[in-house]
Amino acid sequence: MLRMLFEKSGNGIWISHLDLMRVFQRAFRRAGLQVRHTEGFNPHAYVSIALPLSVGTSSECEILEFELDGPDDSLDSLPERLNLVLPAGVRCLEAYRGQKNLKELAWLRVETVLEYDNGLPDGLSAALTALFAQETLVVEKKSKSGLTQIDIIPMLHSLEVRIAGEQRVILEAVVQAQNPPLNPDLLVKAIGTYLPKYAPDFAKSRRLALYDENFNVFR
Amino acid sequence: MLTPMMERILPRVQKPARYVGGEYNQIVKEDAEVQVAFCFPDTYEIGMSNIGMRILYGVMNRMPRVWCQRVFAPWGDMEAELRARNIPLWALESHRPVKDFDLIAFTIGYEMSYANVLNMLNLAQVPLHAAERTGLKNIVFAGGACMYNPEPLADFIDFFSLGEGEESTVEILELYAAAKAGGWEKERFLLAVSKIEGVYVPSLYDHAYHEDGTLRAITPKDGAPAVVTKRIVHDLDQAFYPVHDLVPSTEIVHDRCNLELFRGCIRGCRFCQAGFTYRPVRRRRADVLTAQAEEVLSNSGSHEITLSSLSTSDYKELGPLTDRLLDYCNPRKINLSLPSLRADNFSRELMMKVQKVRKSGLTFAPEAGTQRLRDAINKNVTEAEILETCAVAFEGGWSSVKLYFMLGLPTETDEDVLGIADLVYKILQTWRAKATNRKRGCKISVATAYFVPKPFTPFQWEAQIPPEEYTRRQRLLKEHLYAKSVDYKWHAPDLSRLEAVLARGDRRLGAVLEQAVQNGARLDAWDEYFRYDLWLDAFQRCGIDPSFYTRAIGKDELLPWQTISASVDRDFLWSERERAYRSEITPDCRAACSGCGANKLNREDVCDA
Repeated sequence: MLRMLFEKSGNGIWISHLDLMRVFQRAFRRAGLQVRHTEGFNPHAYVSIALPLSVGTSSECEILEFELDGPDDSLDSLPERLNLVLPAGVRCLEAYRGQKNLKELAWLRVETVLEYDNGLPDGLSAALTALFAQETLVVEKKSKSGLTQIDIIPMLHSLEVRIAGEQRVILEAVVQAQNPPLNPDLLVKAIGTYLPKYAPDFAKSRRLALYDENFNVFR
Repeated sequence: MLTPMMERILPRVQKPARYVGGEYNQIVKEDAEVQVAFCFPDTYEIGMSNIGMRILYGVMNRMPRVWCQRVFAPWGDMEAELRARNIPLWALESHRPVKDFDLIAFTIGYEMSYANVLNMLNLAQVPLHAAERTGLKNIVFAGGACMYNPEPLADFIDFFSLGEGEESTVEILELYAAAKAGGWEKERFLLAVSKIEGVYVPSLYDHAYHEDGTLRAITPKDGAPAVVTKRIVHDLDQAFYPVHDLVPSTEIVHDRCNLELFRGCIRGCRFCQAGFTYRPVRRRRADVLTAQAEEVLSNSGSHEITLSSLSTSDYKELGPLTDRLLDYCNPRKINLSLPSLRADNFSRELMMKVQKVRKSGLTFAPEAGTQRLRDAINKNVTEAEILETCAVAFEGGWSSVKLYFMLGLPTETDEDVLGIADLVYKILQTWRAKATNRKRGCKISVATAYFVPKPFTPFQWEAQIPPEEYTRRQRLLKEHLYAKSVDYKWHAPDLSRLEAVLARGDRRLGAVLEQAVQNGARLDAWDEYFRYDLWLDAFQRCGIDPSFYTRAIGKDELLPWQTISASVDRDFLWSERERAYRSEITPDCRAACSGCGANKLNREDVCDA
């Protein structure tokens, strides 16, 4: 399998996981590259994106897996070729042959910006730090089968609270990547549930890095 | 750039990609002198599927001084967010408010989007009534397939651009640029724009009524033309085609490239507005189409291309064209789709050739259940052709058929209604006799619509049957469609009733539209949103009886749309109506010219595809 490391920013963050695969399929065609298709009645393209990203979340480290028909000796120039034909907000960084299995993707570094329109409430930083240092932190999560209660602490490797100006605080966390993943939105949910007076007016997240189980950068 | 407020509401709405623009091939021209907000009065998924909008987006943006940006109707969740935070509707390319634009253009293809036009102006925080917009800024104009009777919108739209807009839109925008540079008053601009062929300025016409509510007189003012004739593009080979087509980043309804083989239709089905208003028939050469297909596919990276026109099988060079397109598409795994095929022998072969891999369903639109009624509406498809096509398809492994009919067509009797059931059973028998793949079973989907008489058709004078009568006929049919493999769906009468009122409406309906939108009417074409009670309340409050607009109209009555010519003579339409009552067919334009009058617009000797 070939892989493409790409980033999602600006208008690109509103493109959903499924739509983004279609966007890439078309970009390959526009770049004159033929993506390999399954044989049979209803051929579909070998294109997939690891770890679905929530709509509205930006990322510096998305991975596209794909296969091409024909030789892949042009991997070095591939990001550039695709960037010429991709929509705004989706930018390829590096194309390479994948070594490790995607199952080995274990941890994600994420940052969540919390915005407080009326300034930071007193004691915010300490309260947030204490909240995420608890032994357990049970949050309500929407799933396909309805609402479930999950403890997010086992999925949270580390979390740091950083003041970033008069109206912003940044949570920088390392969270579980899959089985199950910890969506950073749940960090915000936990604040709203247990510290309602510290609930932000708005929050947005960004994926910063991918790690394997030993916290080595995953490619 | 998105403002922080926009950024905050986007995560709260469904499919936010619809509201941010930035798609591949989007056009950005920051320093343009004339800014046009091009509005489609339905959602992004519908509007981005509209080929007319894509053509005009390209035509306008090709003008060096013009920047045309797109605006679509927001879904209900987004509308609620905009209203709650008092954010004015924005255009996708620049995210700037629509109210900051010079011109606000609408392309309108369907009566049931009228409420969206008003609602979008309202969301844009632009004054609703043309008379309240006094300056040269925020001039609102409209065109599109259903603007041949624009009267219900006359209060709100400054002028209408009738017919095909490739050339007239350029003339309009050039005039506007001059007016803006010269600091004209709005009145001066409207008078000047009314001199452009195909432009109709409703405020330059007084409409007076008789006591019984019918129209007494239409009086042009200030030298406005007595008749405004729609515009056409004469040479389709030279006409603009968007080879650098916008590629949406989110799925739309028709997510594919679109080739336009020809405009107009040689057939002349008497109920079909498009069949008359798109005349005369003009074709595009196959070599031009092939070049356009290759260019648009390589530029867009699309996985599918469709051949569009009102009746694809009537394109003379369809065989060679599809061969050449398949040569390009097959090795690249691009699908070629061919809608609007007739049930004839040639189309059968074509269908087999094109759909080698995917066995999607067969679709027919016989429209009526008996040959007598099909002759009356001039829908020249025979039962034998339908059954033969089904037989070939069933032998080839197809197992599902969709059939579309109308109930309430002029001259329809119960015998015609039951004829639908009869045809369905003959298809089922054909399946039993011919199917090669019996295990999958047969599925026949039958759908009936409620006939809506439309302006500029031979049935423009006809009454729409009352809703109770439509429901009776629909139930009668339902009782006779009892086989398990038949799935019968019918349109609820309310929407088609309202469509009929608006289609043949006059400018007095402006007040009703305004009231309905105030009541909350919007996105009426969507089941989730359509509420007939909001409209009934609006009619009542305005003291207008909707059934006035669905009655039979007298031959000599002055019609609200009489100022407008779609190029087909009124006398011809009346003679077609009389032939319908005699169940007499009219030969297609290729077999013989029936003298409709549209050829006067054509520069070619014959009207053909």
